[in-house]
Amino acid sequence: MSFESLLFYVFAAILVFAALRVVTTRNPVHAALWLVLSFVTAAGLWLLLGAEFLAIALVLVYVGAVMVLFLFVVMMLDVNFDALRSRIRSHLPVAAVVGAVILAEMALLLVRATRGAGTPPPAAGENTRALGRLLYVDYVYPFEIAAVILLVAIVAAIALTHRRRRDTKHQDPGRQAKVKRADRVRLIDLRSGKP
Amino acid sequence: MDALLAPVQAFLGPAWLPLWTLAKIVAIAVPVILCVAYLTYAERKVIGYMQVRVGPNRVGPWGLLQPFADVIKMLFKEIVVPSGANRWLFFIAPMLSLAPALAAWAVIPFTGTLVLANIDAGLLYILAMTSVGVYGIILAGWASNSKYAFLGCLRSAAQIVSYEIAMGFALVGVLMSANTLNLSGIVAGQEGGAAYWYVWPLFPLAAVYLISGVAETNRHPFDVAEGESEIVAGFHVEYSGITFALFFLAEYMNMILIAVLTAIMFFGGWLAPWPALNDARLWDWIPVVGGVAPFGDGFFWLAAKVAAVLLVFLWIRATFPRYRYDQIMRLGWKVFIPITLVWIVFVGAMMQTRYAPLFH
Repeated sequence: MSFESLLFYVFAAILVFAALRVVTTRNPVHAALWLVLSFVTAAGLWLLLGAEFLAIALVLVYVGAVMVLFLFVVMMLDVNFDALRSRIRSHLPVAAVVGAVILAEMALLLVRATRGAGTPPPAAGENTRALGRLLYVDYVYPFEIAAVILLVAIVAAIALTHRRRRDTKHQDPGRQAKVKRADRVRLIDLRSGKP
Repeated sequence: MDALLAPVQAFLGPAWLPLWTLAKIVAIAVPVILCVAYLTYAERKVIGYMQVRVGPNRVGPWGLLQPFADVIKMLFKEIVVPSGANRWLFFIAPMLSLAPALAAWAVIPFTGTLVLANIDAGLLYILAMTSVGVYGIILAGWASNSKYAFLGCLRSAAQIVSYEIAMGFALVGVLMSANTLNLSGIVAGQEGGAAYWYVWPLFPLAAVYLISGVAETNRHPFDVAEGESEIVAGFHVEYSGITFALFFLAEYMNMILIAVLTAIMFFGGWLAPWPALNDARLWDWIPVVGGVAPFGDGFFWLAAKVAAVLLVFLWIRATFPRYRYDQIMRLGWKVFIPITLVWIVFVGAMMQTRYAPLFH
């Protein structure tokens, strides 16, 4: 067994274990952390395949940004997860169907891959350039349309959830600067009198 | 050197590669840790002089042994775990903040030939590693089971995620100018003297990068994550002894890393400001180290530039008051990101005109 296949089996074992822990652990923060570990080991596997751009992008985007926000939200959630778990029986049929479909799709892909029908990967080390050429030259319109759709989704999400609170003590610097003395100070003539 | 190593290589066989790589890692990590030790000393001395004090001067001549005294003190302190803390994550958090800070050094080119891993996507690797460092802080805050620590970690997470975007965009400009993600290639693209450094065509990006770097490392004036006046010490309030020292080490290591990256990407790395000074033979007269490879090859220049950037960091800390949190967010999202976006479009447009050579 070469050093690379040894690395593959080590990474694969960690990945499977971490992925299992994501769904079996009770604490949601721990689940998110196990997901981080599985992302990192998946990136390691991609590096072994010579897909260095994808591997680093996975760490950069998913581990560095998406999961940080996930953790951020999960840590602040005040949800009783045991109460949610008690309803698992009613969700089981739907979950089983979805799981079966995903399993069938992945099995199909694997069968296709083992028959050698897949496209060969580009030469290692050059794949950043190759990916850039594919995305920004060959498929530039689908790529840009996907980007615009994502932008629309972001704007829509903000527009739907943003609400202006009325009870905040918001300062308007422009109005503060425009204030004149007459707006704030009132001089009154106080006569002294007998107590 | 090779002749000396050949019999060792033959003796070790397949174990040679991992052991030799390990030796190289130690050869980078130990000097970096020593630099951190003396950066803390330099910080106290420089800020001391700026405030008309003398700084540490009791331990050793001119206080030079102060960092070691601090380390020994930290090592012997008791580590207290707060009640209700998540023990496992509490201890793993400082390691998680230190490990990415160390890992990023793997792709840093110190001279034209002295680099541990000269990978093609070096710039992306650096971005990925610096963004992973935030986990240490988040977990420290959450696992401590303390309100102050939790507030500090939330502030820090939001701040780092925000400034990372501006930082990434600043690096896109460098990538456009250099046409490569390889750090050695980026330095090679600035060959020809100080006029060819990327700081001139990409000046707004360099400024944004440097300031975002200060914010990324949670340094003053962006250190609301540990704002002593509001939340005691932020995410590391519950840490003591060597666990606290690890956070400290990671912060200063990230500082040096940002300084090195600024020097490499905007100030020509190991290249001299005047091309004639790049000749290694010029430095033979320096005793002991002059003729030895890394130093004669321009390591001096990189070290000098890094020291200058670090001095700016310390100077900023001694000068400015702390930002308010909403001002930090405003600066990141409403000022830096638009500046970088506009400048990237500008650089891209100029590259299509006859002024393109100015931007390469």
